[in-house]
Amino acid sequence: MNKAAMVVKHARKITRPTALEFIEGVLDEFIEFHGDRNYADDKAVVGGVGLLNGRPVTAIGIQKGHTLEENVARNFGTAHPEGYRKALRLMRQAEKFGRPIVTFINTSGAYCGIGAEERGQGEAIARNLFEMFGLRVPIVSILIGEGGSGGALALAVADEVWMLENGMYAILSPEGFASILWRDSSRSEEAAALMRLTADDLIKNQVIDRIVPEAEEGIEVNFSYTTSYIREHLIQAFREKERMPADELLKARYERYRKYGEFEG
Amino acid sequence: MNFFKRRNYTVVSTEEPVKGAKEPETPKEEAPSVPDGLWLQCRSCKQPVYKRELDEYKICPKCGGYFRMTAWERVEILCDKDSFEQLDADMTSKNPMGYPSYDKIIKKAQEKSGLKDAVLSGTCSIGGFPCVLAIMDSHFMMGSMGSVVGEKLTRAVEYATDKRLPVLIFTTSGGARMQEGILSLMQMAKVSAAIRKHSDEGLLYVDVLTDPTTGGVTASFAMLGDIILAEPNALVGFAGQRVIKNTIKQDLPEGFQTAQFQLEHGFVDKIVERQKLRETIALILKLHPTENGVSE
Repeated sequence: MNKAAMVVKHARKITRPTALEFIEGVLDEFIEFHGDRNYADDKAVVGGVGLLNGRPVTAIGIQKGHTLEENVARNFGTAHPEGYRKALRLMRQAEKFGRPIVTFINTSGAYCGIGAEERGQGEAIARNLFEMFGLRVPIVSILIGEGGSGGALALAVADEVWMLENGMYAILSPEGFASILWRDSSRSEEAAALMRLTADDLIKNQVIDRIVPEAEEGIEVNFSYTTSYIREHLIQAFREKERMPADELLKARYERYRKYGEFEG
Repeated sequence: MNFFKRRNYTVVSTEEPVKGAKEPETPKEEAPSVPDGLWLQCRSCKQPVYKRELDEYKICPKCGGYFRMTAWERVEILCDKDSFEQLDADMTSKNPMGYPSYDKIIKKAQEKSGLKDAVLSGTCSIGGFPCVLAIMDSHFMMGSMGSVVGEKLTRAVEYATDKRLPVLIFTTSGGARMQEGILSLMQMAKVSAAIRKHSDEGLLYVDVLTDPTTGGVTASFAMLGDIILAEPNALVGFAGQRVIKNTIKQDLPEGFQTAQFQLEHGFVDKIVERQKLRETIALILKLHPTENGVSE
């Protein structure tokens, strides 16, 4: 198995800490809130408010489970439109109260189903991209496991994007990529190697800004190694961003995404 | 910024030639193009249609179904005569992921479509109202969005913001371009950011969803119009139908992910027949006057 395929395997491990575990590991006194005030409470998306070094912060995550039962309840970490709308509601609330936002992303992608299409999966993702470029509070997004497609990007428009050492971030799952381009999903390992989806690849092309280390003995064994790293750097990042006037912050966020693309002419 | 007159282009027939066989479920990029083919197959009624029977709107004379149009064909039916001036005409793609033979794939698509990449952008006037216009073209790698599509759209929108002009985008796309990997995904954010800035200036963005509009394009600028129009029967959705079927293990309802379905569910303002697009868009521009948007 090549290195990229190994990373994909790690990123998807059922024992890997979930978004809620990250949130509770990084913030104190976290309280979870529910619902998009419109249609439903999507259990694949979690969010609420907690304290970071004594200061309120809004945290949002895409939630998987450790067991089949939990995963079924969380729809395997694949959100419906109402999940993205819940996230947006909580982000707007953060803006209202001047709280910075941290997102913990772990999803193979947005859910593909009839109800998701009926309720506007495309619109929900698009709206988040549009609105996140206007939120006047700092945003840090952390890819903690799988980061797949528009379903991940919908929570990853940020001032800084970080990624766990064994996380992945890609346009599509390697299986989907192989299936679309080669009509053969069994060539997923080959696809993974080609796709440049590892943290090392993504920091080179500036898709991510920071690689969050995992303990050598395994993130499951020594989770606090990772959460205390995130905590420390998050305090610092928010402190820096909050010193910036909001207009400057938004301008820098615009420029962060404006630079992407390779073309001639 | 350079402007290019529209003189040098070729119109290429890109509908599937009649093979007697059934229409494939998903359009194939590699479907043969026969520039001199006299007969085309209608996607709706599957009947062969004599090419000369098609007028400039490319509507099937047998069933009223819509043939897919090239970007330049749309310029012809939409813009005031000789008003279209192209922006970024020569922008071409690189190979950021080192995808095998990507340069060859691009070259083939360029030959087939007569375009450098999957979107044409420029300035024009419609019914006397100036606007920035971008038209995606499904004949170039199924309108997939990579760096060039994202950059051309972003520049077009930024140009409109700078000149205080409305933006009009015709969408057609299979989604993000896989061959450029994560950079294609980033184009969704980049274009959406440009639209946000344009919107913050109180400027109008109208988009027209045409067949097919799916994936990353639906999940970004296609769903962000102040006013969203759609052509009748256009396929519009986020996930591909095969993917949904495989996920839920059941058949999809009749009319699923059509323009009408999107209208019913509240995601489209109005379905507009192709012959009425020009006057409808001119009216919308008239109803949104800006200091630059006044009729000459």
